[in-house]
Amino acid sequence: MFTTFLFYALSTVLLAAAVGVITARNPVYAALFLILAFVSSAVLWLLLEAEFLAIVLVLVYVGAVMVLFLFVVMMLDINVTTLREGFLRYAPVGAIVAGIIVLELAYVIWFRSDGLPVGTQLVPRDAAYSSTEELGKVLYTQYLYPFELAGMLLLLAIVAAILLTMRHRPGLKVQDVAEQVKVQRGDRIRMVKMKSESE
Amino acid sequence: MERIYLAVVLCPLIAALVAGLFGRQIGRGGAHTVTILGVGASFALSLLVLKDQWLDGAAAYNGTVYTWAVVDGVTMNVGFLVDRLTALMMVVVTSVSLMVHIYTIGYMHDDPGYQRFFSYISLFTFAMLTLVMANNFLQLFFGWEAVGLVSYLLIGFWYTRPTAIVANLKAFLVNRVGDFGFLLGIALILMATGSLDYATVFARAPEMSTQTIELWSGAPWSVMTVACLLLFVGAMGKSAQMPLHVWLPDSMEGPTPISALIHAATMVTAGVFMVARMSPLFEYSETALSVVLVIGATTALFTGFLGVVQNDIKRVVAYSTLSQLGYMTAALGASAYAAGVFHLMTHAFFKALLFLAAGSVIVAMHHEQDIRKMGGLRKYLPITWLTCLIGTLSLIGFPGFAGFFSKDALIEAVGHAQRAGATYAWWCLLIGVFVTALYSFRMYFLVFHGPERLDAETKAHLHESPWVITLPLVLLAIPSAIIGWPTIAPVVFGDYFGSAIMVREGNDVLRELAGEFHGPWAYILHAFSAPVPYLAFAGALTAWYLYLRNPSLAEVIRLRASWLHTLLINKYYFDDFNDKVLARGSRGLGNLFWQLGDVLVIDGGLVNGSAKLVGWAAQVSRQLQSGYLYHYAFAMIIGLAVLVGWLLLGA
Amino acid sequence: MMVTLSHYLTLSALLFTISIAGIFLNRKNVIVLLMCVELLLLAVNFNFIAFSRYLDDPAGQVFVFFILTVAAAESAIGLAILVVLFRGRRSINVQELDVLKG
Repeated sequence: MFTTFLFYALSTVLLAAAVGVITARNPVYAALFLILAFVSSAVLWLLLEAEFLAIVLVLVYVGAVMVLFLFVVMMLDINVTTLREGFLRYAPVGAIVAGIIVLELAYVIWFRSDGLPVGTQLVPRDAAYSSTEELGKVLYTQYLYPFELAGMLLLLAIVAAILLTMRHRPGLKVQDVAEQVKVQRGDRIRMVKMKSESE
Repeated sequence: MERIYLAVVLCPLIAALVAGLFGRQIGRGGAHTVTILGVGASFALSLLVLKDQWLDGAAAYNGTVYTWAVVDGVTMNVGFLVDRLTALMMVVVTSVSLMVHIYTIGYMHDDPGYQRFFSYISLFTFAMLTLVMANNFLQLFFGWEAVGLVSYLLIGFWYTRPTAIVANLKAFLVNRVGDFGFLLGIALILMATGSLDYATVFARAPEMSTQTIELWSGAPWSVMTVACLLLFVGAMGKSAQMPLHVWLPDSMEGPTPISALIHAATMVTAGVFMVARMSPLFEYSETALSVVLVIGATTALFTGFLGVVQNDIKRVVAYSTLSQLGYMTAALGASAYAAGVFHLMTHAFFKALLFLAAGSVIVAMHHEQDIRKMGGLRKYLPITWLTCLIGTLSLIGFPGFAGFFSKDALIEAVGHAQRAGATYAWWCLLIGVFVTALYSFRMYFLVFHGPERLDAETKAHLHESPWVITLPLVLLAIPSAIIGWPTIAPVVFGDYFGSAIMVREGNDVLRELAGEFHGPWAYILHAFSAPVPYLAFAGALTAWYLYLRNPSLAEVIRLRASWLHTLLINKYYFDDFNDKVLARGSRGLGNLFWQLGDVLVIDGGLVNGSAKLVGWAAQVSRQLQSGYLYHYAFAMIIGLAVLVGWLLLGA
Repeated sequence: MMVTLSHYLTLSALLFTISIAGIFLNRKNVIVLLMCVELLLLAVNFNFIAFSRYLDDPAGQVFVFFILTVAAAESAIGLAILVVLFRGRRSINVQELDVLKG
């Protein structure tokens, strides 16, 4: 009972936040709405007994990605007014396409879902069930290879982001280690023959 | 014998090529010598062939000279069928051609295109011989077209004259209409019998006569009737039957020798010859024969009427030719093929004579052709006058002359025929006798007798034509007068044609008449028991009265019946109809097709349109590459929506 | 009424639709565009987790794990590009990015 009420309440919040994301004037507000959406969806995932992922959502998505978004939004000096024009002009088209998609999805869910337990209730699990443990069991054995690849992907993302945004300020005295290592004796020392000085 | 047949055909061709290609090198004398030698050799050999076929009683020769192609089981070859009908035609064609060749030396003496003319008339002789000696439909058609082509070349011989150019085009086009029907007929025969050879087709004629064809659904027609009607359309074009007769009077634009050769004696008789040759086919179709009969008789009478009001000497003879062709056709329609061909033969002689005589008068009058400006020429042109009189008497059927025998036999045969339309035909032919005599003697009296209406200039130069012109006249006058006597018995009432012409049992009018035939003298006496000679005399008498005795009466009649006169002067408005309805209509249709079909559909739609379509498609596709991010995003989303929708609805 | 799988699926569908509409509406603002993409991924994650719970298959949760990884990486790089873009053009108006126009 309580879970049902919780589900509906959180769903409402989630959808309202989503609408808020797309209609907010200020990008900062949009980012904040998105954080709200993520948090409410994390709680919904808790309802679905996916605790690990719910916490990961909050930690990674809200804690890292959304913070990054906010950084960028506040760093860039955006002229908001020009961005809003044309909003209403395209609303009908957007509404139509969105409407078609939602109808299609509803059609699939309600009329084409043979074989799937669409209407069944949840079978409650016992208290000792830990989704983290279940996830771990599968992740490091069956899905090890994709796991490693995901790691590589993250590395790639780091390198790419740094490479894209790095800029060199002229006049900065920075050590170039590769140059330092490349130096030969002949570049620094020059032997000169000189007569020795006397009074 | 094969070599003789080949020589008959090839001598005129070689002469034509030599005179045509090397005319300048061999000069005028060389040109006429080589062509006269060629045609003369042909004539001599034709007489030999006639003797071989008739007097020596040789069997008909049917052989292939050269196989041109074999296509899908149909052999197309060049071959000869020489039987008595062929032999008769060969002699007629070559003799008249020879006379015309000699005549041309005098007539075209001053003309710059001398050698070209000789080349053409020799070429014509070759084409006509190919036609009559053919043993299959393809060669017949080749000869048919070739004579049409040479006729075109000759009518427009004086090509700098606009009237000549218009006339030769008219002749060719009207002939084309006939040829179209002819070709359809040949195609139908090929389809029904699977062969183009006469021998095979005639052998299969009885079974072909039982087949039917549905030209439009629900209406089966006898194949034989349709084929014969189509073949007759070709004959209508070539032999100038109504309504395809309009080209012949205009063909008088050509020089007189060719009017004599082509449009009197030979080319126009090709249609008659063809129907006679196809008698094994026509005999199986009563409908076709009735049509032939009615059209022939109609042509005979109505073109005769037109001859009464003509003032150009050549036009009178041209309409006379049309009328006599109608007589021949009517005879064929009555199943009296022998009589028709016999009239063809006699007509060739006396009509060629009349044309050449007219040409002699024209030359003497310094190319004046209007008979209202002639008169009393008897004293000045005695030989021309006498030969013309003989020709005219033969034409009207004066008892004893050749034309009398052929015409009388013909009219009697039509009178005895039992088919539909025979009574109408008989009345037409009878009235036609009166009309023939009327216009013939009108011309004769106005030209040779009566007061002189010449101007002084012409009169001063008036003298008889040179011997090269008058010799052919004499040579043609002789058969016009006497050839009837020895030939009527075997040809018309006897067994001359043998297997060349086939007549079925119930239709054989000539055999019925043969029972009453007891020799030429008896025939003349017998003729007086029929109305024919009286009508002829009446016609001549009327002409004498109206044009010699009481000329003002002719004027009065003309004024009183001016509506009739106008109708006749305008040739029943055939030419106007052809011009305004058919010609203008075709031009309009062509214009319409040009504007709509060509410019609009093909140029605009297909050619330019396809290019424009590609351009338009490219323009539209270009917009997809807008460079805008959100356009691409939208494309992806919309594409997703469509794809999912398709999968859902399709599955 | 008990919550069934279809409820979660409907929820995810609505979320998906809202983010699609958001893409259509915010065609000029790149940041909001990226946020709508995040919403898309969130909707998909919902689907996976719901199915994983109701069909008792951990594969769904593993997949969500990877989606989170990829989404994080992608948003990082996306924002990096945005920053570099802004340095050059002083504007994040997408409609001004038309140098490669056809």
